[in-house]
Amino acid sequence: MGRANKRDFYAGGLMILIGLGAALEGQHYNIGTMRQMGPGFFPIALGVILVLIGILIAGASFTGGVEDGDTAMPTKPDWRGWLCIIAGPLLFILFGKYGGLAPATFLCVFVSAMGDRTSTWKGAFVLASGVTFFGVLVFAYVLKVPFAILKFFNQVLF
Amino acid sequence: MIETALSGLWYGFSIALEPHNIMWCFVGVVIGNMVGVLPGMGVLATISILLPLTFAMKPVPAILMLAGVYYGAQYGGAICSILLNLPCHPPHAVTCLDGFPMTKQGRGGVALGVTMLGSFIGASWGITEMIFLAPILVQVALQFGPWEICSLMLLGLLAGSTLARGSPLKGVAMTVFGLLLGIVGSDVNTGTPRFTFGITELYDGVEIVALALGLFGIAEFLKSVNQKIEINLQYTNVRLRDLRPSKADLRQAAFPMLRGTLIGSLCALIPGTGPTIASFVSYATEKKISKTPERFGGGAIEGVACPEASTHSSVQGDFIPTMSLGIPGDSVMALLLGALIIQGIIPGPQLIREHPDIFWGLIASFWIGNIMLVVLNVPMIGIWVKLLTIPYRYLYPSALFFVCIGVYSANNDLFLVGETLAIGLFGYLLLILGFHPAPILLGFVLGPRFEENFRRAMLLARGDIFWFVERPISAVFVGLCVVLILGQIYVRLRRPKAVEIFTPAEADAE
Repeated sequence: MGRANKRDFYAGGLMILIGLGAALEGQHYNIGTMRQMGPGFFPIALGVILVLIGILIAGASFTGGVEDGDTAMPTKPDWRGWLCIIAGPLLFILFGKYGGLAPATFLCVFVSAMGDRTSTWKGAFVLASGVTFFGVLVFAYVLKVPFAILKFFNQVLF
Repeated sequence: MIETALSGLWYGFSIALEPHNIMWCFVGVVIGNMVGVLPGMGVLATISILLPLTFAMKPVPAILMLAGVYYGAQYGGAICSILLNLPCHPPHAVTCLDGFPMTKQGRGGVALGVTMLGSFIGASWGITEMIFLAPILVQVALQFGPWEICSLMLLGLLAGSTLARGSPLKGVAMTVFGLLLGIVGSDVNTGTPRFTFGITELYDGVEIVALALGLFGIAEFLKSVNQKIEINLQYTNVRLRDLRPSKADLRQAAFPMLRGTLIGSLCALIPGTGPTIASFVSYATEKKISKTPERFGGGAIEGVACPEASTHSSVQGDFIPTMSLGIPGDSVMALLLGALIIQGIIPGPQLIREHPDIFWGLIASFWIGNIMLVVLNVPMIGIWVKLLTIPYRYLYPSALFFVCIGVYSANNDLFLVGETLAIGLFGYLLLILGFHPAPILLGFVLGPRFEENFRRAMLLARGDIFWFVERPISAVFVGLCVVLILGQIYVRLRRPKAVEIFTPAEADAE
């Protein structure tokens, strides 16, 4: 006993939260009867089950003992990598909406490539250009995905 | 029975040998082989990227291609394990133990050759098993009412979440979370929007492509970025003529291959125990019955032949419950079922009768695909080895683009890209907290059908839940569920060490 395994403790906590949320949200729907179940029955039932499992996970965290280097966070937070990877899809959405497929692809690949500590500006630039070229070729011309290649706000240029 | 099987198979070959079907099968196995070799690319992510592209295809070529990716990746994964000592594909993690020492002794080529032979034998057996077993299972399953379907699904869900990697409790939690995600959207019976929080895009439910790409694409990239993988290329110089095993090697590997095949095909029949467990069990068995167990870990050829044969036999066998009962054994199968559902095909026992082209075409394509893979792998080994040198810093940004465009083309909607990102971030949180997100997909795919059947069952039984144990077949499934849960509790209380044999596979989630 004594200290809990932090990771399991938080894991259980998260499941309890999700379960509670699901069960509470499920109250808004009609539960129905055992014979004629309404749309609310399953959400509430699953929510309650998840809360119970969460309690078991959190409870077991006190019995398992603490492993070496047990933290809730990964050993070395890697903000650069994370931010660049998250920025990739965000830029894809933003520039996909206002700029078209080509700039969206280029920026998505370029920025996310900079997340790796071993990559260089030049390498990322070449990679992004290459992926943009093939991406446009394959998706816009061969597969004909409906996505303007280049546009300026709502003005489709390509 | 043999007659129907043979005529079915004949019909299957006529489907699978149609030029465009054979082409897509080829595309599938080549892509699969490629991602299998590449360290840091998963089968699940690849299939989900390709999934939106199959929307415009006919169902048969779509499913042939996606299935090809799955078994093609198994051939590639073995190369990665044997030559680089990288257990990046869980089913092949155990092959590293003896495959890499063989490589260091300069016998890597032989290990690869034996692997390919074993893979082919294992796969052929798995396919044969499917030809004969699937129709029998269907005969039984056609008698099922909603009670049996429900309790069978419950068994599949429980087995899939507790027998896979990691803590069983956390696995069940992920399955329940997946079931909850499956609820999102309009209720089938009443049309009430559930868990949509006023977002119109969620009325159709969570998009399976977004879910899979978030969990197995973006979350994996977040986990793997800047994680130094030491890639040692010094032994990768394998030439074609090195592949041929000597007579003595073959004699040594023959029985382990057969044993592995058998273990793999048994594992495939138990829902939830996929190729990963099959390979570990067969390695452990082989070591136990060997007269010279001390050779294991130092380059014993049996230690390569047995797990590889069992992996492939189990990979093909995995398709049996998926195609005949509509119950996927693991997350890859769940994704393939999702692909079928998107094509408007309802999985279940009626599939073989209503869509014989899919069922028999798929079986025939397995054989064609496996032959293609052997042919591809033997002379092209040099090219695959070259692929190993692609650094991760080029891989993941390109993959990220494929994730974005793939999910966009699922519905031509940029909202889905945001949905994927959100799911990916949450998936990474789950990974940090020690969850394996694979069972989420299982719950997600089975959830809606489970709920529908459960509600129907309760309606027909006039609200009496005991019908589930009063009907004999259903009672057997419920009983198996109880045995499964009690077994897990027993293992946990009595022998916590027993689970540890599986921990090496935990190093990398799929």
